[in-house]
Amino acid sequence: MANDPIIIIGAGQCGQKATETLRQQGYEGGLVLIGDEPHAPYQRPPLSKAFLKGEMSLERLMLKGPDYFDQFNIDARLSRWVESIDPAGRRVLLHGGESVAYSKLLLATGTRSRKIPVLPGLDLEGVHYMRTIADVQAIMQALKPETRIAIIGGGYIGLEVASALRSFKHDVTVIEGMERVLQRVVCPQLSDYFHRLHSSRGVAIHVNAVLEAIEGAGRVERIRLRDGQEIDTDMVLMAVGAEPVCELAEQAGLTIENGVSTDETCRTSDPNIYAAGDCSSFFSKRYQRHIRLESVQNAIDQGKHAAGAMLGSAEVYDPVPWFWSDQYEIKLQIAGLSQGYDRTEVEGDETEDAFAVRYFAGDRLLCVDAVNMPRAHMMARRELANLD
Amino acid sequence: MVRITFIQPDGSRREIEAEPGDSVMQAALAHNVEGITAECNGSAACATCHAYFQEDRLGGLDAMAEHENDMLDFAACERRSGSRLSCQVKVTDALDGMTVTLPEMQ
Repeated sequence: MANDPIIIIGAGQCGQKATETLRQQGYEGGLVLIGDEPHAPYQRPPLSKAFLKGEMSLERLMLKGPDYFDQFNIDARLSRWVESIDPAGRRVLLHGGESVAYSKLLLATGTRSRKIPVLPGLDLEGVHYMRTIADVQAIMQALKPETRIAIIGGGYIGLEVASALRSFKHDVTVIEGMERVLQRVVCPQLSDYFHRLHSSRGVAIHVNAVLEAIEGAGRVERIRLRDGQEIDTDMVLMAVGAEPVCELAEQAGLTIENGVSTDETCRTSDPNIYAAGDCSSFFSKRYQRHIRLESVQNAIDQGKHAAGAMLGSAEVYDPVPWFWSDQYEIKLQIAGLSQGYDRTEVEGDETEDAFAVRYFAGDRLLCVDAVNMPRAHMMARRELANLD
Repeated sequence: MVRITFIQPDGSRREIEAEPGDSVMQAALAHNVEGITAECNGSAACATCHAYFQEDRLGGLDAMAEHENDMLDFAACERRSGSRLSCQVKVTDALDGMTVTLPEMQ
C-alpha cells in the first residue's frame, strides 16, 4: 500500500501546487491528478478580469507549460471525476468504473458557485455563473455590444465583473441583498468607497434588493425584485458566493465543518486523507478556530503544506491570509481577516484613492485593507505575521 | 522569438525562447522555469516573481511604475539594482540574449 500512488482530487491551483511540491521534495512514486474540467490546472482570478475582457489568452491562463505532466511524471486524468472514496480500502472509484488505490489522498476539490435553490427563471437561457473557463466562454459568446447585464451579488466577483464589462460600455446593474456591497468582508467606509466608484463609472447598484424572479419567454428578459421593481436585462450573472465541494468527503465519513475539516497539518479525520485549498476548513492557531479561505494564497500555500504533510512533515499551517481585487484602475490588497473587529483606523487619503483601513479587536490588529497602497499591504503582512 | 537565459540560485542556466508580448514571468512559467511563484498572476500584488535582470541592460526594459517600486521593497530576497517584478516586464526584442537571475526565495 505504501507503493500505491498519491492521488490528488482536484486539478486547480492547489492540486497543481501539491504535485509540484511533491516532486520538488523528492517524492518519486506514482502521482495521479484527477480533475473534472477538460483543462490542465489554470489560474482562476483572471476569469473575472483579464480573461473576460479578452486581454488574456486561454494558453496564458495555464499555470504550467504544456509538457509539465510529462516532465514531472504526473498521471493526469482530466475530464474525469471521482464517484466515491473507500477510506478503509484506500481506493477511489472513478466515474466509468475504474478503481485506483492510493497511499495518501489529497482532496483539493475547491468550491462551486452557490446556487439559490428555489428561484423562478434560473433555467432560462441567459443565466450565467462565473467559476470555470467554460462559464466565462459562455458569457463571452453570449455578449453582444448592446447586451445589458444584471449581476446578482455585490461581492468581489460581482464587482470585478461589473468593472470588466463597463470597460466595454455594457449596461450593468448590480443587485445586492444586504445593505451595502462587500458587506461580509469590508467596513462600511470601504463599502461606500466601492459603491461610489462603481456608480461613478455608470454601474446601477441596488442594495437591500432581493431577487424574486428571473423572467422571460425562454430567455432572460427582466428580473423582478421583492419590492416589485422590474429591471429589463438580457443576461443575469449569479454571483452569490461559493460553497465548498465536500460530497465525496462527506460520503467517505470525514468530518465536515463548513468544508472538509482538517487539523493544523492539513489532515482530515482519516489519517491517510488530507484536504487543502478552498474546500478545506483548517484549524488556525492564529484565529483559534477553524477557517476556510477562498484565495490563491491559501490554494498555493496549503497545497504546498499538504504535500509536505503527506511526505511526513508535522509543520503547522498557519498563514497570514491575503487577497487582492482589481476593479477599474483600483487595486485593493487585503491582509488578514476582519471578522470580529470592533474599530477601524484609516491612514492615507481616500480622496486621492490611496488609503488603508486597519481593523482591530481591542488593541489587536486583525486585518488591513489597502487601496492603491502596496506598502501598507506588505507592512501589514509582516506585522500580522509577527503577532503571536 | 526572444532568447532569455534564466540563472537559478545554484548557478544552473537555462535559455528559453520567449514570445514577444508576454511578460517575462509568463514566459518563464510557460517553459516551466523554476523559481518564479507569481501568486497573483501578474497583478503586481504579491512580489513573488522577483528577479534580477542584467544590470547593464535595464534601460531596454519597460519603465517601473510606483506600485512595482513599492512592492519590490518587500520581496523575500534583497533588492538589488537589477531587481524587477518579472510580471511587469514585457518581452521585447530589447531583451534578446539577456540573463535573468532568480533569487533564493520568493
